[in-house]
Amino acid sequence: MVLIFAVTTGVIFACGIYLMLRRSMVRLIIGLSLLTYAVNLLIFSMDDLSTRGAPIIGATEPEKMADPLPQALILTAIVISFGVLAFTLALAYRASQAVQSDNMDVLQSTDREV
Amino acid sequence: MTRSVFFKFLARLMMPVLLLFSLVLLLRGHNQPGGGFVGGLVGASSIVLMTLAYGADDVRARLRIDFLRAMFYGVGIALVAGLIGLIFGDAFQDAFWWKPYIQGVGRLEAGTPLLFDVGVYVVVFSVTCSIVMSMAEEGERDDVG
Amino acid sequence: MLIILPLLIPLAMGIGALIRFREVRRGVVVIGTFLNMLVCLTLLLGLQAGGMYVSQMGGHPAPYGISIVVDTLSAVMLAVTSVIAFGVVLFSRVTIDANRERFAYYPLLAFLLMGINFAFLTGDLFTLYVAFEVMLMSSFVLLTLGGERGQLEGGLKYVTLNLISSTIFLIAVGLTYAVAGTLNLADLSRRLSGIEAPGITTLLAGLFFIAFGIKAAIFPLFFWLPASYHTPPIAVTAMFGGVLTKVGIYSMWRVLGMVFPQDLVYLQPLILTIAALTMVTGVLGAIAQTEVRRLLSFHIISQIGYLLMGMGLMTEISLSGAVFFMVHVILAKTVLFFVSGITHEVQGSYYLKKLGGFQKSHPLVAILFLVGALSLAGIPPLPGFWAKLTLIRAGLEAQQYGIVAVALVVSLLTLYSMTKIWHEVFWKAKPLDIDPHPQPLPTTWRGELKPSPLAPLPDGLQRDTEGKVGMIHHAPTDPILRETLEKHVPVNPEGEGSEDQGGGAPFGDRIGFLKSTFDDQGRMGWLLAPTILLVVCIIVIGIFAEPMYQISVQAAVGVLEPEAYVQTVLFPGE
Repeated sequence: MVLIFAVTTGVIFACGIYLMLRRSMVRLIIGLSLLTYAVNLLIFSMDDLSTRGAPIIGATEPEKMADPLPQALILTAIVISFGVLAFTLALAYRASQAVQSDNMDVLQSTDREV
Repeated sequence: MTRSVFFKFLARLMMPVLLLFSLVLLLRGHNQPGGGFVGGLVGASSIVLMTLAYGADDVRARLRIDFLRAMFYGVGIALVAGLIGLIFGDAFQDAFWWKPYIQGVGRLEAGTPLLFDVGVYVVVFSVTCSIVMSMAEEGERDDVG
Repeated sequence: MLIILPLLIPLAMGIGALIRFREVRRGVVVIGTFLNMLVCLTLLLGLQAGGMYVSQMGGHPAPYGISIVVDTLSAVMLAVTSVIAFGVVLFSRVTIDANRERFAYYPLLAFLLMGINFAFLTGDLFTLYVAFEVMLMSSFVLLTLGGERGQLEGGLKYVTLNLISSTIFLIAVGLTYAVAGTLNLADLSRRLSGIEAPGITTLLAGLFFIAFGIKAAIFPLFFWLPASYHTPPIAVTAMFGGVLTKVGIYSMWRVLGMVFPQDLVYLQPLILTIAALTMVTGVLGAIAQTEVRRLLSFHIISQIGYLLMGMGLMTEISLSGAVFFMVHVILAKTVLFFVSGITHEVQGSYYLKKLGGFQKSHPLVAILFLVGALSLAGIPPLPGFWAKLTLIRAGLEAQQYGIVAVALVVSLLTLYSMTKIWHEVFWKAKPLDIDPHPQPLPTTWRGELKPSPLAPLPDGLQRDTEGKVGMIHHAPTDPILRETLEKHVPVNPEGEGSEDQGGGAPFGDRIGFLKSTFDDQGRMGWLLAPTILLVVCIIVIGIFAEPMYQISVQAAVGVLEPEAYVQTVLFPGE
């Protein structure tokens, strides 16, 4: 279980970073979202990965409960990354319209003297 | 862009179901899986479905909600929920409950966490809708042009 | 009660700023930021005798709930930020066009302020992450609001790099939880400070250093800043340039200084090297620029180096100097951005070669600039001098002569760079060449655009008896100037030439170069008032450097000796 988890997280990280290093805006955004998923998995693995009960009083014995905090952290992180990625998507769409290209290398007008 | 009749029919069928489901998620959220965020997303997905089926202009004409404003109203509701705890209790977001027993129905539970969830619901619903709608409108403009 | 107000006031202000009526909306934000300023200053004054304010959100005791803590460092940061926010709101009144204002400019500014305040208030690592995200979300939208091409390009870079930084921050938070089992800063400080596992905590410290370093724009990670900070309207740039990167530095001091002090000692050579490189690359970048906003953006990076140096030396006196420097640099940097906004407002350009003659036409603006610039360069008796003096003394005491030498040389180069602005913008005469592509006026200008009856006119123009501006009968001899004048200024203002350009204004839309002559007193007042406010703050701090230094020492001790913090947050009863 731990091995599968570690390998999966690592592969997603690698994919995300690989995609982010491409020149395409769309790939950049897919890469960013993969990166956030990988981080969520990483935080999830901070708890014991064995199967435990839901951390709800009454449903599970306190000794057999999973740690609720990493789950709460992930939930918050998902919410935040949802908002940020939606904004990034809209931004990239507008930017690609403005520069008529999907290529990140074209975005240089702010770095040059006019 | 032509839209499938089946899809339109299904979207109309699903919309009330999704909205009801989102309300259920919202109301049980304070001590069971669910809550304002999930509820808001499910609720927004009904609007997204309608947008896909009928187009953004049509949906916007019927809904007549200023999503940007709605978002801030949601924040306002959440703020009020937190302030109640601050004014009547010990700290910001201190929880207050009102649990009347209604004959034949059971115990009703309402409190400031629920109010907070309602605020979150409104924020998430309107943010998601406004993002999807503005993107859909852009896409439709591209289709025409 | 008081301590939660820096969160609630911006939140309520953000909702209030949605009111449809423009004047009410503006009134709400001005009053809101003013109240926020009062509250933050009260907090700072209340802490003068030491101690701190603690509140637990939702009534859950630490470390289980979210702690809100204001110690001296937080209070100092809150106070400076609140002054800046008040100034920026005043400055926004005339520099933000109607379209941006209608699309939730003020609510976004309020949420940005809330995020910043939240980052200063929180005593919890994950809440710090949330605060950063609130701050970043608002800053993303503020940066790209308006949707000009440069804004979209710069925005995409800014968003991407900040997202990566947030991801690294989140990884570090997750790993910290795995190591320590808590995320409360006080609890972490207690549990990690004695731990004998240098490998893992050094890794964590490194991750936090990179995450905050991207946000603070330290040496190899700063490229997003000069690419994006100059693209939005100047009020937004002033807010960003003044405060945002400093939140990264504050978090670095707070987290690394309180939780990982032993790793900081281990990382010291690295941090000092990066500090030196940040200073040097920033100031060299600035010297190469010819656009005022880009030039100042590079100076932000250069100043970050000094703040990093204070943390790298990690002595009480160095960190006090850094806190002092922080206060001074936030104020001075915002003043400089404000002044560049004023010069743009008057002459319609940010390029050094197109500006000129301000010393003669606007001596007050020249004085305001001079105070900010000399303070930034470190000329006594302005606060920049005291801050740098303290930092350099700390460096000499710690026997880190290399960084001291770099800091002194960079000060000199900063002075050189400021002299360049002074010469180009204030001393040299206004160049006569006219922009062949004048910027269309912002929409707020339409309708209220009237030449002041007393303002001097450029060569080739005159007033008739009714006060209307037209061309002199014998037009200038320079053919290019004449052609441009004929193109943009109709000889007869009532003629058809002005009609086709639309927009109600007497001369149509394209008279950007004429702006220099329209010195509207009311508009100028809204621009000057916040600048004067900040300059007065700088001068007061420079004169009363001793009390300010005492506060800085108190703030630094609070970070370096976290026992009091831990005690107050975790065991309030005892």
